[in-house]
Amino acid sequence: MNELKDKSLPHEVSPSNLGSSNLDLDTPDKPYLDSNELIINMGPQHPATHGVLRVILKLDGEKVLGTECVIGYLHRGVEKIAENRTYTMFNPYVDRMDYVAAVSNGLGYCQAVEKLLNIEAPPRANYIRVILTELNRLASHQIWLGTHALDIGAMTPLFYTFRDREEILKIFEKYCGARLTTHAFRIGGCQYELYNGFEKDVKNFLSFFPPKMDEYEALLTGNRIWIDRTKNVGMLSAKDAIALGVTGPMLRASGVKWDIRKAIPYANYKDFDFEVPIGQNGDTYDRYLVRMQEMRQSCRIIEQAVNGIPEGPIMAKVPKVIKPPVGEIYHSIEAPKGELGYFIVSDGSTQPYRVRVRPPSFVNLQALDTMVKGQLVADVVAVIGTIDIVLGEVDR
Amino acid sequence: MVEKYKKQYGSGLEAQSYLGQNYFTVDRSLIPDFLKLLRDDEQFDYCVDITATHYPKREKQFDVFWILYSFARNERIRVKTQIADGESLPSSFPIWPTADWLEREVFDMFGIKFDGHPCLKRILLPDGWQGFPLRKDYGILQQDKEWVQINLGIESGQ
Repeated sequence: MNELKDKSLPHEVSPSNLGSSNLDLDTPDKPYLDSNELIINMGPQHPATHGVLRVILKLDGEKVLGTECVIGYLHRGVEKIAENRTYTMFNPYVDRMDYVAAVSNGLGYCQAVEKLLNIEAPPRANYIRVILTELNRLASHQIWLGTHALDIGAMTPLFYTFRDREEILKIFEKYCGARLTTHAFRIGGCQYELYNGFEKDVKNFLSFFPPKMDEYEALLTGNRIWIDRTKNVGMLSAKDAIALGVTGPMLRASGVKWDIRKAIPYANYKDFDFEVPIGQNGDTYDRYLVRMQEMRQSCRIIEQAVNGIPEGPIMAKVPKVIKPPVGEIYHSIEAPKGELGYFIVSDGSTQPYRVRVRPPSFVNLQALDTMVKGQLVADVVAVIGTIDIVLGEVDR
Repeated sequence: MVEKYKKQYGSGLEAQSYLGQNYFTVDRSLIPDFLKLLRDDEQFDYCVDITATHYPKREKQFDVFWILYSFARNERIRVKTQIADGESLPSSFPIWPTADWLEREVFDMFGIKFDGHPCLKRILLPDGWQGFPLRKDYGILQQDKEWVQINLGIESGQ
């Protein structure tokens, strides 16, 4: 019995005990089943995995001993497509990665190419970009909140958040004609001038939304069941979070005050006054609080931006045919889920030689194993929800 | 920092900068010692990304990149090395656990092997797939026809 228990999983022999989430199920000479150990399969068609994520769980009764994620069901080869398109043609494809935060994807890509071309978007374009990106952060966090609460058993927040997210999508639709995969930005700025009444719509939203947030918080923040299901669940220490490369609200909930909008400011984020909320315990409840406060901070940024939109052009001088000089560039932004980076290699032609997307969900998902080990099987669902993955981005 | 390491490693290391982004081009033999030094002595404790690029016409076909960030210095750098087809690299999983999936993806897409990785298998593509799609000699419409026919029961995935 003891001998069987001593058979280590690969992640237990690794020096840091982190990162490798492979159960090594195929090795025949290694008995992995104890009398009370059980391997069960979750997904890929499971409502709580937020798409097509498959998790193999190794359980001892209700306790999770280890997990292995099987991903790739949604792999479309976005990086390969990029090599066969021009810089401009590839722009709409990036929206299809994290499709609930398409505006952020577009911003990161456009800015990376701008950096490669050594041009900068004009101030007015930057203001438009900030407003739309922050609105998109709200929309993305609303989806996270609704689905996360639904997974744990609270159904009402889902209807509330989807109802209110509609107001953001209406602004997107009025601005660029699309609700989800917006393709809102172009390399060098924005294609569309603001429509008449844009400022009014955004201001209306800003007076409409904070009371709705109070509603969400009234439902969850002090709710006994919510606290029991999320407090001390899926703990991630700051040290582990950094070692695992976790970014975004997950890193901040572990107590690391790091936000790319502050650390390496892009667009014109340095003009705005906002706080970076952090948590202390790195549990699911803290991640909930951090994201909720982040939504309030986003409202602050939008308010400052919409009151200060300068006049001027919305496009920089960009050559008709985009042919960046030979070189490599890495640019990253603070997407709703964490650090979204683009590494682009140019060979001087009209098509990128290589585009690498550094997806936040993919790297954050790797922490699942560390977060659920030793917890109950019901907590796996809570932890998948709190990581806030979008499988379109994990698999690309 | 640059001078110190130049003295230590001589011609095996070159420090360059492009559009304000600094990167080291290092000899393959300095991996992983140099990466370990960067983490331990220079506080580059966050491995942002590991990726590669394929140049089929070159003798050493692959560029492999590590993108690193230091919270203490608020600085991002890249380390770049060249390896030939079939050559392997030491895994940086013992240095940054986040390298696990990142290296698996590089293996999946380019076929670059990392020695000492706890479980180097495909991550995005199915396990039995033949070929490495992000190599330049792999066409955009190309696929593992045999795999598709056996596992999906259709003539072609297109």
